[in-house]
Amino acid sequence: MAIDREQLLHVAHLARLELREEEVERLGAQLNDILAAVSKVSELDLADVPPTSHPLDVVNVWAEDEPRPSLPVDVALANAPDREGDMFRVPPAGS
Amino acid sequence: MIDTLRLTAEEANRLLAGGQVSSDELYAAYGDAIAARDEELHCYLHVCEDDPGTGIPIALKDVIGTKGIPTTAGSRILEGYVPVYDATVVMRLRARGLRVLGKTNTDEFAMGSSTENSAYGPTRNPWNPTRVPGGSGGGSAAAVSAGLAPWALGSDTGGSIKQPAALCGNVGLRPTYGTVSRYGIVAFASSLDQVGPVARTVRDCAFLYSLIAGRDACDSTTVELPRPVELPTAEDLHGLRIGVPRELNEADGIEPGVRAAVEAAIELLCGLGAEIGECRLPLSVEYGLPCYYLIAPAEASSNLARYDGVRYGFRARDAAERLEMYERTRDEGFGEEPKRRIMVGTYALSAGYYAAYYGQAQKVRTVIKREHDAAFETFDALVSPTSPTVAFPLGERTTDPLAMYLSDLLTIPSCMAGLPGLNVPCGLSEGLPVGLQIVGPQFGENTLFAIGHALEGALGFDPVPERLR
Repeated sequence: MAIDREQLLHVAHLARLELREEEVERLGAQLNDILAAVSKVSELDLADVPPTSHPLDVVNVWAEDEPRPSLPVDVALANAPDREGDMFRVPPAGS
Repeated sequence: MIDTLRLTAEEANRLLAGGQVSSDELYAAYGDAIAARDEELHCYLHVCEDDPGTGIPIALKDVIGTKGIPTTAGSRILEGYVPVYDATVVMRLRARGLRVLGKTNTDEFAMGSSTENSAYGPTRNPWNPTRVPGGSGGGSAAAVSAGLAPWALGSDTGGSIKQPAALCGNVGLRPTYGTVSRYGIVAFASSLDQVGPVARTVRDCAFLYSLIAGRDACDSTTVELPRPVELPTAEDLHGLRIGVPRELNEADGIEPGVRAAVEAAIELLCGLGAEIGECRLPLSVEYGLPCYYLIAPAEASSNLARYDGVRYGFRARDAAERLEMYERTRDEGFGEEPKRRIMVGTYALSAGYYAAYYGQAQKVRTVIKREHDAAFETFDALVSPTSPTVAFPLGERTTDPLAMYLSDLLTIPSCMAGLPGLNVPCGLSEGLPVGLQIVGPQFGENTLFAIGHALEGALGFDPVPERLR
């Protein structure tokens, strides 16, 4: 199933990627090649096969709910591209 | 005079314990080797001026978070990022006195098979600098081969430890899923990612694994090892049954020179006393690659959502509003391969396609796991080439993503099943190393080390690249 330009831009928006025009063309072609290759998984009839989401049979790992010290605010903000006081600063939400 | 090309970690530890060399002398010797050879090879993205500790040095793949030392994952979007805490594996190494030499090059976010996807330029293969070192952990593998580190840590999602080890001629272990903590590691595909050792000998590889393995309260996917790591000593393989999966050994695209070296290694294993038999993994090999290239991008698209320019890393300049800031940050910060995978993954997870793509791939994963389980009812380990080809020329596969993906054809199936795999060098073809992949059942690392060690002794492969001898 081929993915058209409109779908490509929709997926890019879902992924929060602003693609430039030349990227739209190149990625569109490559994506169709990749999707055609991976669609091979649909050849198998696996209606009765359970999915594997995780290779080890580990369920419900419990931990004690004990408070521990967390990073000081200045350390947590050390890599912030922009900050204001004790907060990350970002541009305003659009309309 | 310390010969960093030949010194094993085991020998370095012995010299250190005996007082014949100091920790500072060792650290300086590798620093000198890096200064002399890394301009050509570009194994390191960051070289530390110094690092505290009383033990021997180590190199770390740049997806491993290191407090106070830049960590970029080979991406512009993490340029300038300096972690404020150490990954659990780093804390465990530091507790044993190990000192970080630097951070090694990787394909961006560990997505690739050649390191050519690094935003900071490729690493070159120490055996022939016109060839790739493999990837994504090409920096760690090339550094160990070129004597720029005695050993290193890498990470493996679909072959990123084993395949570079094969192409650079050293020993690399992808451990059983869940045995090594990922706390503090840059996440790619969480149901697949594993941290593991790269070394020049199987014993060094086993020892380094013993330092990092085991349950970590900060990573709920980890488990305690059911048996402690055993450093291999035996020279023979009597009593072991080794399977040769036909599809992994006869796949299209395996070079004749690779096949010949692997067949000779299998003969040697037989001569060492192992019982050899053929087995089958037909669906795992035919459907492993498409299964991987749905599951890994799907999980990557979710994990990479965190890079939004808000809390750390790169932020696009002068965006008027927030959505524009997110979208431009991600467009300017991510390279081509992460974008491709984010797009494939987002599509595969989107409404209407989830069941046909991601859901179906998870079922294929069950099929792959069952095929391997069946093989391990008869065999203790399975062997095949690690990579279908020797190191390929830089640029050969960069314009065709699907051709690059095929580099991992033989490493991916066992990764999907969460199984451990060891690469051991087994000879040369066209003057370049060939690697033997030894895959075991879950928690079967000790068997892999035993086979690898006996083979290493019988083969006498010289891991020092010919041009550096």
